[in-house]
Formats: sequence, structure tokens, C-alpha cells
Amino acid sequence: MADTTREPILEVRNLVKHFPLTQGIVFRRQVGAVRAVDDISFTLYPGETLGIVGESGCGKSTVAKLLMNLERATAGEIFYKGEDISKLSGRALKAVRRNIQMVFQDPYTSLNPRMTVGDIIGEPFDIHPEAAPKGDKQARVRELLDVVGLNPEYINRYPHQFSGGQRQRIGIARGLALNPEIIICDEPVSALDVSVQAQVINLMEKLQDEFGLSYLFIAHDLSIVRHISDRVGVMYLGKMVEIGSDAAIYDHPTHPYTQALLSAVPLPDPDAREGRERIILTGDVPSPANPPSGCRFRTRCWKAQDRCAEELPLLAVPQRYADADTAVAHDSACHFAEEKPQVTHA
Amino acid sequence: MTETGIDLVKNETAATPGTPLLEVRDLQVEFHTREGVAKAVNGVSYSVEAGETLAVLGESGSGKSVTAQAIMGILDMPPGRIAGGEILFQGQDLLAMTEAQRRKIRGNKIAMIFQDALSSLNPVLSVGYQLGEMFRVHRGASRKEATARAVELMERVRIPAAKDRVNDYPHEFSGGMRQRIMIAMALALEPDLIIADEPTTALDVTVQAQVMDLLAELQQEYRMGLILITHDLGVVADVADRIAVMYAGRIVERGDVREIYRTPAHPYTKGLLESIPRLDQKGSDLYAIRGLPPTLTSLPAGCSFSPRCDRAREICLTERPLPVTVLDAEGAPVPGRSSACHFWKETLHG
Amino acid sequence: MPDQNLTGTRSTAPVAEVAQAEAGPPPGKPRSLWSDAWSDLRRKPSFLIAAAMILVLIVIAAFPGLFTSASPRDADLSGAFLRSPELTKFFSPEWFGYDSQGRSVYARVIYGTRASIVIGVSVTVIVLFVGSLVGMIAGYFGGWVDAVVSRIVDTFMGIPFLLGAMVILVSFDVRGKLVITLALAVLGWTTIARVMRGSVISVKQADYVQAARSLGAGTWRILLRHVLPNAMAPVIVVAMVALGGYISAEATLSYLGIGLADPAMSWGSDINTGKDQIRVALHVLIFPSIMLSGTILAFLMMGDAVRDALDPKLR
Repeated sequence: MADTTREPILEVRNLVKHFPLTQGIVFRRQVGAVRAVDDISFTLYPGETLGIVGESGCGKSTVAKLLMNLERATAGEIFYKGEDISKLSGRALKAVRRNIQMVFQDPYTSLNPRMTVGDIIGEPFDIHPEAAPKGDKQARVRELLDVVGLNPEYINRYPHQFSGGQRQRIGIARGLALNPEIIICDEPVSALDVSVQAQVINLMEKLQDEFGLSYLFIAHDLSIVRHISDRVGVMYLGKMVEIGSDAAIYDHPTHPYTQALLSAVPLPDPDAREGRERIILTGDVPSPANPPSGCRFRTRCWKAQDRCAEELPLLAVPQRYADADTAVAHDSACHFAEEKPQVTHA
Repeated sequence: MTETGIDLVKNETAATPGTPLLEVRDLQVEFHTREGVAKAVNGVSYSVEAGETLAVLGESGSGKSVTAQAIMGILDMPPGRIAGGEILFQGQDLLAMTEAQRRKIRGNKIAMIFQDALSSLNPVLSVGYQLGEMFRVHRGASRKEATARAVELMERVRIPAAKDRVNDYPHEFSGGMRQRIMIAMALALEPDLIIADEPTTALDVTVQAQVMDLLAELQQEYRMGLILITHDLGVVADVADRIAVMYAGRIVERGDVREIYRTPAHPYTKGLLESIPRLDQKGSDLYAIRGLPPTLTSLPAGCSFSPRCDRAREICLTERPLPVTVLDAEGAPVPGRSSACHFWKETLHG
Repeated sequence: MPDQNLTGTRSTAPVAEVAQAEAGPPPGKPRSLWSDAWSDLRRKPSFLIAAAMILVLIVIAAFPGLFTSASPRDADLSGAFLRSPELTKFFSPEWFGYDSQGRSVYARVIYGTRASIVIGVSVTVIVLFVGSLVGMIAGYFGGWVDAVVSRIVDTFMGIPFLLGAMVILVSFDVRGKLVITLALAVLGWTTIARVMRGSVISVKQADYVQAARSLGAGTWRILLRHVLPNAMAPVIVVAMVALGGYISAEATLSYLGIGLADPAMSWGSDINTGKDQIRVALHVLIFPSIMLSGTILAFLMMGDAVRDALDPKLR
């Protein structure tokens, strides 16, 4: 479990990513920007799982890409063990990359169809020869296959010969090859069947215990995030609206968006159908190219007042809970943050 | 094939007098692939009453969507082939009808809602035109009349500013709005039966709730039968009256939604229910059904689920379990409830 | 996961989705996508016919002497002037008749094969290499590199193929195979470059390319290991179809008298010779024409069959 007294292994400060919207072919001019990630901060501690939830377009996948340096941040810093890695390049970046790996969402497109499983899992060693096993590379690949629960004899097969769940295991084995400390998982099970999801989740938990990994677990499925995470952050339209321990977010949410989100999740319990109060939000998520002023959620919020349009709520422990020593005292970016009983429990 | 299980059919007809709205009897669909003949649907029987929601629950490859395609008559043939069975709609066998007869039923009496609204709507025609087309083709309405009806429908599915948006194109709507348009289209001719294939899978949670609510409300209003095809145990629990659980082309368990969720009588159902993480409680380890679904081209002898089943015994490997009526604690048959497991009793009580 | 059966967004038939049991039987032998395509092709009659035809043509081009003992240049004006084909009991060159200079049409058709095959294949090889390289660079790097390259490609695409080739060739005094090959290649590479560019753009967004980047793989590694092998399929198909086009272009140019000419042998120039006696000796025109069309057809059929086999939508 997380040890929050220790130094964070990853710290994100005021991270911003704007994708410019341009017009014209020869003379490009910027006509606006998609504010995919807009001033986000969080920390990840060694050995813990931080879940990031949000609906499509909230910027959670962009966060993953920024952390992996697949996209360059517009502003802000990413500290890995105290060192800002967001501006690194070349050799220094490559060295950091060994320690931060990623598991992708779609097991059907994240493995090169023209490479054998052995080549895919062994590729990290070709790229980082300094981290390659001294002796037999093949033996290490077989060992990795075994670790993720695949038959090592499959080493010469091609990805399309495997099912979705098996492919995701191959992706995880590739992520483990360099013994990273952090694994960023972008919707790692959302493409899998229900019965296979549980297998992969259990595998990920087992690997975390075994290798002391820190996970950043990005998903839209709130139930899975609750299951695997120690702490959870909720994103809406490029902003982090609430973050806290899993009990804080799931049992004592104070942000209206989180409350709506939780109440909208259908529970696999037909008896809970009637007793449960559901908040059905109206409308759709606004475009990140033209977000509402002030609080981003105000256009769909039932609590919204004039203040919400004028003043951006900060992510902090709400005043009214400042002295509470229960899980309700956690960061929430709402002017009117308040617990709403019986949101999740029927 | 004797999958139907005679005693079971008796029970159901006894419970609900008169002909059901739709009854699928021992349906078999095959696909011819490079690897051989895949039995995608292997003796499936279910029925839906007017005003009732039947959820067909299953994972990819279970045959749940193929069954729906067969009902709608939109199966790709070849490679698909209906190898046997009957689909009775209001007592008439759809499979025995001519294509012209079926076309009259499709859209008019049975409508379908697809998962991907964007690819189901024609991108070069306005939404209003596509909605109005239904009235022009099936009801011979004039252009003006059709547009008026389109606006009306859009209002029914609560699309804001319907009048202004009736001439917009599909890509100008958000995912949730497009799915509403799909629903409007399905409702246009006030069909008796709606088949919804993963209608909310592509939507975000908050939008999913809106759409499911709308669908349930409209269904009640029009007293339509609804077949909801999904893999989402949460959605099923929320809206279904009865469930049919499919695995490898067969129905393994069916019955009332509450009974099945409370006391599943098939190890696969039980495993599924235990393998999903819960929002309302933090468990420790998830139960995971081991292994993978079988290849449809080479189904195991005996029970298809036996290679993954904790309860499997010798008999499961050799003898295929037929659906049997589940008995309650007093030994009385539970109407409409069946399980295709040799050890349903042990599963139910254990 | 969402059941893909109905929407068909995933390319597989519904059943192909279902895979082997985890601990169960291993999924057959290792099969790469190429070997899958190959096993598809092997069962396809159109591919087998095309392959057999192409094989025969290549052997003819390489060893014309194996097929005829007659020399295509032996002229017997007195005895064989426009002698009509004669159906002997067993196959003999007599079946093809003789041309206006008393040369065996059969021998000329056999010896003319080499020009077509050599030019067709070499143009394709050059075009494949240059076009792929340019297309890959433009597609992968994008930005101004792509803008510049794409404009150049557009410019070349604007030149009518045959007219352009004629203009180039007319400026040469001696027009051998090499000159014709280069002229066609100069005008032909843009097609490949364009296809490659599009293919690379779609491949470079694939997750496995992102995965390689996040591992810290260098540009060349990504290009050669990940992008190129996955972007090649459509390019190969286009190249095969284009090969037929190059053969026909060569014949057309030779027919027009600005390609190969006597003493070099080409079906195109033989068709040209034949057209003058079309009323008296149709055979002089017919046989090279059949060979030409057959050859082009073989390559088109091959391209078509390969396209089907490589098309992931059918997989």
C-alpha cells in the first residue's frame, strides 16, 4: 500500500497541454486551442495506485501521453524523483523512460502485427542494451511470459494468434521488461470481456505486490478504478475536480460532478433499482476548445450560481470540512462542495 | 437439436397464456470460416412479451448479436447460414417469409438500435431527412408532413431545439444525441418490438444513464417488447425484467433478473457476477473465471463451459447439459427459470 | 468488451474473435500475416494462373533460346514473306507465320519478351525504392517536409504519363532499355510515393508505434521495424498493378517509334510493323498483341489476388 510519508516518485505540477487549432495550409495561423489538459497537479507515491477517472474528452489520456513524453507539455512540470523530466530529450529522456512504462488500451493495435511475441517483449532490451540481461535474452523473455501467465512456448507466435486478454498480457510483459518503477495504464481492460477483465486486473495487482510497482490507472469504469486504486482523481474537461483516497471519493464525494458520475453508474444489483437516488445530468460535455468560464462543470450543474461563472474554484479541502478528520476532508474544486448522502449506497 | 427442453417450454406457456410477441425456437446459425464451420448460435430459444424487457447477456462471441441479426433478417449470408429453428413474431415464422414480407415487418414492427450511432446514420443526409424517410417510405407521407413528424420525434427523445436542428447532419450531434436520434428512428413507426444491441456501450456513464432512462420510459409508454443485448451486468440489473445468459452460442441460464442476480443457478453466471468489481464496496481479490471462451469451430464435447468451470466433473466433459427448470427450495418449479448445468442445484444453493 | 458482431468495426468475422483457451492447446504454428496471406493465395486459382504465366514469361525472358532455335533476325524474304500460319500436327513456329521481312513471328514474340519484362520489372524496382523512401519520409515526418514533398509529387502527377515519357525520350538519340526504364521511372515514382505516404500516416498513429516511441526507440528503428513492414502491403499491390502499366507503356512507346526500335526487339515495335499489313497478314499483328495483353493481364491478376490476400478487412 501507499506510503505517503515517503517522497513522491512522480509529481505533476500545473501541467497544461493545449493543442493549437490552425487554419490555412501555407500560412498557418492559430485560431484557438483545444485545452485538453488545463493546469493539473497530482502526486504518485511509491507502491501505490492512483486512479484517474473521467468521461471521454476529459483529458485523462492526454495526461498519460504527457507523462510518457509522447506529447510535449505546453506548460508545467513533471518531476520524477525530484527531477523535472518534462523538458528532457535525447539520452537523458531515454534513461528516464526505462523507469516509466505504459500499458495501452487496445490490445489489438498496441502490438506490432508483423513481429513475433518474442521480438515484441524483447524489443525494450534492443533499445536499452545497458538494461538487457547479461546472458540469454530469450530466457528472460520466456521468464516474462511466464510471469504474466502465458506459456513461454508461445515466444515465436504472432499477436493475431492470441485473444484480447492474452494480448494484453503480452503488452504488460513488454512493460515489465525493463523493471520499471512506474507503469501508466491507459484503460488497460476496457477492451476486454468481463470474464477476462478480472484475470488481467488480478494479474496487475499481483505484479504490483511482486515488483513494488506504482500504477497510474486511467479508466472510465468507476468500479474497476475503485477496486484497484488507493487514491482516485476525478477529471472533467481538462481539470482535476476532486482527488482523494478511494474512501473519500467513493463514500464521501463532495464535488457535484463526482456525485453525478457515481450515481449514474448502474449497479449490478436489481434490488437497488428503486431505492437509489440518481442524478441524471442534462446535456453533454462542452467542447474543450471553448470551455465555460469559471467552473467548467457549471453548465450541467444543479448547484451553479453566478459565482461559478466568474470565479474558477480551486482544488482544495473545502472550508466547511477543513477541521473534519474523516475522509470527507479532501481536495474538491467546487465553491459549494458538500457531501450528498446516499449517492452510491442504496 | 433438443436444446429447447420440452418441459421448459411447457412451463413458460403455462405461465403466460397466449402467444408471446416474439418467440425464438431452437435457432441455429453457422458461419463458414477458414477454420471450419463455426456454430455461432447453437439451439437458442427465448421469448419476449409486449411491454417486457428481456436482456440477453453475454460476452463477445457468445452469439447474442448474431441471434438479433437473425431476428432482424440482417445476417450476412454468406458466410452466415441459418441452419435451423424458428423465429415466431406474433405467431408467424419470420424465417418462412419472403424477403418482401420481412421488409414490411422490419422497421415497421421490429426495429433495431445499434451500438455505433455514427456509422448507422448516413453521413450525407440530414437527420430530419433520415427520420422523415421512414414516414415517406412506409406511410407515404408528403415531404412537409415527414419533416413535421421528424421534429415531433426529435422532441419525443428530448433533443433540445429540435426545430432548428432537424436539418443538421449526424456529425453535428454529440454521441448521446446521435443515440437519441437512433432511438427516435426506431420508434418512428411505433414498432411492437425493439432490439437494442449494446445501445449505450459507446457512451459515457452520465449520458448512458440519460439514454437508458429515455429508452425505458418510451418502452413503457408504447408497451413495446425490448430485447436488450449487452455485456454490462450493471445495465441489465437496472432495466431488465428477465435475462437470458448466453455462452458459446447457447443459453446457459434464464429467468427473472432478481432471482438470477440473487441466486445464479449456472456457474458461468455466478462467475460473471463475482468477477465484476463493485462500486459500492471495496473487495479484496476479484474472482476470475479462468481461461477463455472456446473456439466456436471446435466446441468441447459435453458442456461448453466445462474447461473453465470449478465445478466440472466427469459427466460435464462427456454429456451436454440440457436446460432444466429450476426448482425453488420447496421443490416447486420456478416459472420461466432454467439452467443448463448438471449441477445447477449445487450452484444454486452452494 | 463491446460485442463487435453487429457493427463490424473490427475486421474479423464474428467467430474469428473467439480464441483458444488460455492454458489449452497452443494456437497452431507461428503464422505471420505474410504466411497467412500466402496460404490464402495458394488456394486461389486466379493467383495460381497468374503466377504460372509470370513464371513462364520470366523463363522466356531469361532463356529465349530454350523456346526456339530460330533466330528472330533471320530474314528469309524470298521464301517466307508474310507467310501465313500453318497448323502442323505438332507445335512448330509455323503456327505463328512470318512477317514482312520473312522473320519468324514466333521467334520475334519469344525474343521480344525480354524487353517487356526487363523494363517492367526494373521500372517497378526503381519506383518502389524511390517512391517508398520519399513517401515514407513525407508521411512520417509530416510538417514542412511533407508539404514540400507533396507539392513535388503533385507536380509530377500533373504530367500526363505517356506524353511526358514521349517528351523525355524524344530528347535522346539512342533509346535503349536503360533510357526507357529511367524515363518511365522518373514519371512513375510519384504514384508509389503517394500511396506510401498515406499508408505511413495511418500506420504511424497506431498504438504499437506509440509504444515503441515510449520505450525510447529511435527514428530509424521505428521506421524500419514498425512503420515500414506495416505500411508495405498497399504499396506492393499498387506496384504489381503498375508493373502491367509500365509494360504497356513501353509497348506503346515502341509502337509509336520512340521506344525500342530495330534491331532491338519489342512487342510494341512488332505491332507497329504488323499494322501496315493488317489486311493481308493479320497474324503479324495478332501474336505480339496477344502476348502483350496476356502479360499485362497476368500482372493485374496477380496484383488483384495479392490485394485480396493482404486486405486486413477479410482477415
